[in-house]
Amino acid sequence: MKYLKNLLGWVDERFPLIETWEFHLSKYYAPKNFNFWYFFGSLALLVLVIQIVSGIFLTMSYKPDALIAFASVEYIMRDVQSGWLIRYIHSTGASMFFIVVYLHMFRGMIYGSYRKPRELLWIIGVVIYLALMAEAFMGYLLPWGQMSFWGAQVIVNLFSSVPFVGNELSVLIRGDFVISDATLNRFFALHVIAIPLLLAGIVFVHLVALHAVGSNNPDGIEIKKNKDANGIPLDGIPFFPFIVVKDIVAVVLFLIVFCAIVFFAPDMGGYFIEANNFVPANPMQTPAHIAPVWYFTPYYAILRAVPPMFGSQFPGVIAMGVAAIAVVFLPWLDRGPVKSIRYRGPIYKAFMASFVVSFIGLGYLGLMPVTPTYTLISQVLSVVYFAFFILMPWYTKIDKCKPEPDRLTFK
Amino acid sequence: MKLIKKLWVLVLFSTVSAMAFASSEAHLDKAPASLSDQASLQRGAKFFVVNCIACHSAAYMRYNRLADIGMTEAEIKTLLPEGSKLGSTMKAAMDSESAKMAFGAAPPDLSVIARSRGNDWLYTYLRSFYADATRPNGVNNVLFPLVAMPNILGGLQGEQALVVEKHEGGHEVQMLKLTTPGSMTTAEFDATVGDLVNYLDFMGEPAKLVRYKIGYIVLGFLFLLLILTYALKKEFWKDIH
Amino acid sequence: MTDNVDRSKRRLLLAATSAAGGVAAAGMATPFVLSFMPSERAKAAGAPVEVDISAIEPGTMKVVEWQGKPVWIVRRTQEMLDLLAKHDGDLTDPAGNIPQQPDYCNNPNRSIKPEIFVVIGICTHLGCSPSYRPEVAPADLGADWGGGWFCPCHGSRFDLSARVYKGSPAPTNLIVPPHQYLSDTTLLIGDDKKMGAA
Repeated sequence: MKYLKNLLGWVDERFPLIETWEFHLSKYYAPKNFNFWYFFGSLALLVLVIQIVSGIFLTMSYKPDALIAFASVEYIMRDVQSGWLIRYIHSTGASMFFIVVYLHMFRGMIYGSYRKPRELLWIIGVVIYLALMAEAFMGYLLPWGQMSFWGAQVIVNLFSSVPFVGNELSVLIRGDFVISDATLNRFFALHVIAIPLLLAGIVFVHLVALHAVGSNNPDGIEIKKNKDANGIPLDGIPFFPFIVVKDIVAVVLFLIVFCAIVFFAPDMGGYFIEANNFVPANPMQTPAHIAPVWYFTPYYAILRAVPPMFGSQFPGVIAMGVAAIAVVFLPWLDRGPVKSIRYRGPIYKAFMASFVVSFIGLGYLGLMPVTPTYTLISQVLSVVYFAFFILMPWYTKIDKCKPEPDRLTFK
Repeated sequence: MKLIKKLWVLVLFSTVSAMAFASSEAHLDKAPASLSDQASLQRGAKFFVVNCIACHSAAYMRYNRLADIGMTEAEIKTLLPEGSKLGSTMKAAMDSESAKMAFGAAPPDLSVIARSRGNDWLYTYLRSFYADATRPNGVNNVLFPLVAMPNILGGLQGEQALVVEKHEGGHEVQMLKLTTPGSMTTAEFDATVGDLVNYLDFMGEPAKLVRYKIGYIVLGFLFLLLILTYALKKEFWKDIH
Repeated sequence: MTDNVDRSKRRLLLAATSAAGGVAAAGMATPFVLSFMPSERAKAAGAPVEVDISAIEPGTMKVVEWQGKPVWIVRRTQEMLDLLAKHDGDLTDPAGNIPQQPDYCNNPNRSIKPEIFVVIGICTHLGCSPSYRPEVAPADLGADWGGGWFCPCHGSRFDLSARVYKGSPAPTNLIVPPHQYLSDTTLLIGDDKKMGAA
């Protein structure tokens, strides 16, 4: 014990170890009324770690070569000891990442966590989300199955609808005239090195920004307004140990769900691993029905809902892109006098509910083949999706809000 | 306000009704396959090696993996082709170029066929060949029209013909009728194909056999951990008022 | 903090959770550590090799691959065997006291049958593969040379039982792999289940 203390002292003279510990954990005061929705930030960090560790081990046996990539994945599934488990952890982790991040973002929306002073924190979060989409898209090419190949083909072709430079742009992305070995190699490099580095960096910045402004809470009021004589928020509790022990329970609950999928339903009925991806990539033959992985389908449905204009698919691509980044504008669209949904009026609640329905509905329709009925419904839901954002300055202002309390509600 | 509520109901309704109209696919028979039935898996493995491997590879499957379904080394050795080791993968006797010449299409590798097609599709497909004089092989398939594969199981199943029955209300139903019996009865043949599909399912993911076992242990342990961590959280939060 | 908190209960819970958490961490690490073990493909490549030895002429050597390493099989002549007994004094470990061979080969000839000699052709010094020099007293190896292997990398010398000569950089005799006879003319290298009792 004494030696440990000496060592700690030695390090602390040369590195702000205790200061860091106190600032971010033992003396970081979090609101004490965190509810279910506040688990998903920690869980997102957990999934990031899971993905990095399992990804490193997969890289040791995977071969980024169009001729042997598919075989190397089956090599991992059969010949590498426990390789199947590591691969399922990674494939399940990809989908769970999006579930956790979508819930984390939804939390921010309903409790107004994007409002002043957390606008920058919110923007950094949206950048993480976009990086995550790029990471997932490039990773999906690596197994080199039919869905990998044709999914990448369709998405990269979206860039060729950009006016004037489209074709050159898509050739530049692929490094070839079709998705090929060159594409596989560069996607591998980006998936394994570039984007993970970027992700780790911006996640760190996200946490620094959070600890500078402090956490929001389900009441949407600032705990820093009410401090005791020592300057400690009256409604705040130290992150360590209180929030940590609470988050650990959430981690175990999450692992139960995660392991249930990994061990009992890693394909998730074709939503996490698609059946067609067990057929090696074949540039000569498109599968009968291609749909992106579920976490991209809301935007894919919006893309298909927009009809070609002036002989170009570009307006649809723009709509899809805007839909994906629309949340970044929330801090400036929301004119409500309160932050949390708890004190908002009925109009906001109705718009929020229809937004949720449109997002889930579009996600479902993006998985379905195109029919006239589906296209019509997609168009209606796309309008609802965008109306949530475009009309926000109006409906948040006219809504009848309840007064916010002075202190947190905590039973 | 009312308008918004109406709009919301419309959105909800249209989404729900869209989900109800999921597209219907071709009818598939349920494959009588169970990975816990080792005898069936072993019959399927032997049938696969005798009947399929002449043309189809299972290039990711090693013979010694058959130990996972309870076969002894001596039993596996009886299935090994000349010059193969226990650890060899299941390579087709015919190379894929000459197979392409003979059939017009290279026979696909069957290692993960059960994962891409599904058990029920395979079970239905293998039983859905019928005589068709317009085809080079003299057979066609209901589930996979114009398939290049000859009906190599025809000797066991017998010959089937496609007949169209008219039902009340004018709608027509396509049916397969056995015209010439094979060496097996229909029940025997269905059971044999069931064994084969069972084996193909195992071969698609050999780890499935241990996956469930480990899964129960892991989940059991996590529930224990959940109880402990929840008690710990309760204990610490006694300090928060 | 209040005083009515049961400190010992808290300590017990902390210890129990930490212990269970430690087990969980070990469990999570297991598949990752296991994935570093040789894969089924590596094991298949390293599986026992069957060799037909009927075509090996007396005095010549056949090289086969086992676990990616060269394995030498030599059919020694009677003259070769006679010479082997005569230079024990020049060898580092003539009796095979250092276990570089299975028990059933711990005899003067280091083999199951005197004339057939099986050994892994990798020098115990730094891993080169020595060259086969069966001839007696060649000009470059000197008049004392009674046939054996000479390592071109650092000059280690071995006799026809692959025992190392004194003064060589190699510290020990070459390794005799596990092997057994499936019949008079077939040898199985890498597996000695039947020989285990012998």
